[in-house]
Amino acid sequence: MSDASSATTPVLEARGLVKRFGRVTALGGADLELYPGEVLAVIGDNGAGKSSLIKCLSGAMEPDEGEMYLNGERVTFKGPPDAQAVGIETVYQTLAVAPALDIAENMFLGRERRVAGPLGSIFRKVDKRGMRRQAKEALDELGIGTLQDITQAVETLSGGQRQAVAVARAAAFGSKVVILDEPTAALGVKESGQVLQLIGDLRERGLPVILISHNMPHVFEVADRIHIQRLGRRATVVTPESHTMAEAVAIMTGAAAA
Amino acid sequence: MTSATPVDDATGLLSQSRTPLDQLQHALHKYPVLSPALVLIVSGLVFTMLGDGRFHQPSTIGIMLQQTAVLATLAIGQTLIILTAGIDLSVGTAMILVHLVIARMVAFGATVPIAGWVIDPIHPVFGLLLGVLLGLFLGAIHGGLVTRFGLPPFIVTLGTFYVYQSLGNVYSKAQTTSKEALGDNGETRDVAEGLLLVLGRGISIGTMRITVGVLLALAMYVVFAYILSSTAWGRHIYATGDDAEAARLAGINTRGVLISVYMVAGLIYAIGGWVQLGRSLSASSNAATDINLETITAVVIGGTSLFGGRGRLVGTLIGAMIVTMFDTGLSLAGVDAFYKNLAIGLLILFAVALDTWIRKVGK
Ligand SMILES: Nc1ncnc2c1ncn2[C@@H]1O[C@H](COP(=O)(O)OP(=O)(O)OP(=O)(O)O)[C@@H](O)[C@H]1O
Ligand SMILES: [Mg+2]
Repeated sequence: MSDASSATTPVLEARGLVKRFGRVTALGGADLELYPGEVLAVIGDNGAGKSSLIKCLSGAMEPDEGEMYLNGERVTFKGPPDAQAVGIETVYQTLAVAPALDIAENMFLGRERRVAGPLGSIFRKVDKRGMRRQAKEALDELGIGTLQDITQAVETLSGGQRQAVAVARAAAFGSKVVILDEPTAALGVKESGQVLQLIGDLRERGLPVILISHNMPHVFEVADRIHIQRLGRRATVVTPESHTMAEAVAIMTGAAAA
Repeated sequence: MTSATPVDDATGLLSQSRTPLDQLQHALHKYPVLSPALVLIVSGLVFTMLGDGRFHQPSTIGIMLQQTAVLATLAIGQTLIILTAGIDLSVGTAMILVHLVIARMVAFGATVPIAGWVIDPIHPVFGLLLGVLLGLFLGAIHGGLVTRFGLPPFIVTLGTFYVYQSLGNVYSKAQTTSKEALGDNGETRDVAEGLLLVLGRGISIGTMRITVGVLLALAMYVVFAYILSSTAWGRHIYATGDDAEAARLAGINTRGVLISVYMVAGLIYAIGGWVQLGRSLSASSNAATDINLETITAVVIGGTSLFGGRGRLVGTLIGAMIVTMFDTGLSLAGVDAFYKNLAIGLLILFAVALDTWIRKVGK
């Protein structure tokens, strides 16, 4: 960021988001700010509306009310492609991978690259070899050495390997914001460490990250600020310096006031 | 391509702990066409041994290919739809309706009811064009009902199955449009005039005789196999059928994929209708009555999963050939025709059971 004023404008901002499912209110006027270059953790009990919040930000869900801003400008997303187009990449809690497609196809799903020349422009041939090479590079960068065969169907992978594919996809394509909804839920200690490392790398690259996690040690390890979601709204924002894990959890569960 | 089976280098455990059955399961998972190809080969051998020596002759094979052409053509659209986890019960009656409209508009023109306008007979080229538009329109109806109103494809096409069947009978008054009326008066061999029947023209390769329609059907398999495996749209069909919500979250316009698939299937109704005109050299609402279910049979026997997202088009071609082969083979072997459906039925059950087993890989 070139000047001081833009550093105080959030990259991504949500104001008063409301989302109802019949009688259930998933979001009851939720706010969120994500500042340049920061890792913002979002914590909260099950059903607090964390996934709903980030689904609004990623275009997967349209809020009933409220506004969103990207670098201070109002945005509305009619679907995931709208958010992807402005550089917001998301790893969903449900992973959103196509089980029968292979690793490379999954990484490029929805933005397949075509081969050069008339074969690509007229016959629409996708560049399988190029995509496989790039997918392999992206996974190697993540340090996922256990994936031998990039043409392996994703359904033959372990849960952690699938998660690695989803994370690598988001990291490879995110240019403004990367959102990770419980990216370490299915991962072993070593793989979790790699994902945390990756989050750090993204921050080094100047890319802000929203991380949803139930794992407090992870959150306190990587987060710059911690957004505490409670009953569909933001209770407060704390930092690893200002609060201890126990205090954050107390706010999260309602045992302590925000 | 590197190694076909994933091997964990560090331990080698994955490969060592696999029983032959596991390996078979993984092979079938990776190459779903293996089992229908095997069925085709084995049943071909069996029919050759059972029969009186006519079965494996090129002339018989040529006839079987001619018999398969319409089924094989329509089964392409059925494959696309089943890959999206849908189904089309109305392929046959839709094709028949379209081919009746093409034939009768070219042969007789039409009188618009109530208004009383008279439309003169149209040129075969416009007849086919009209058929294509009608096919696309029917496909758009199916796709629209499935995506906009969220109706199950099974119900939508069960309904349209009856609608098209009835419309076809009402429209043609259940009368056959003859070959003379369709432009073959036994004299002129002008291609444009005889366009509706041109796919019935024979081509001889040695003693094997096939038709232009067979070639068209095979060419369509080549084109659609390429589209499915090598274009983004093709891969999106798989992704949508595999897990529609995941595909949507990944940024795929799944509604657009579904509508376009149903419309392409509609286009194939028209092409199938054209092949049918060449095959029967006439148009009748009573033609190809079994073909609705036979396309599904061909797709399922061909190894494509009814749950969507899995399968290869070439499997469908093999499946269609198996269906015809059982027909021809059993009758040449002197077996009562009633047993054909018994054999086909058992084959379907086997194919579905196999698919269920294959899909358990990695679970
Ligand atoms: N598609 C949906 N249809 C109906 N209700 C929904 C839907 N999505 C979310 N909800 C409801 O909205 C509320 C918030 O759900 P959400 O998934 O956002 O919570 P969360 O904080 O991500 O929880 P978790 O920690 O379990 O992932 C829940 O009560 C949930 O049941
Ligand atoms: Mg959640």
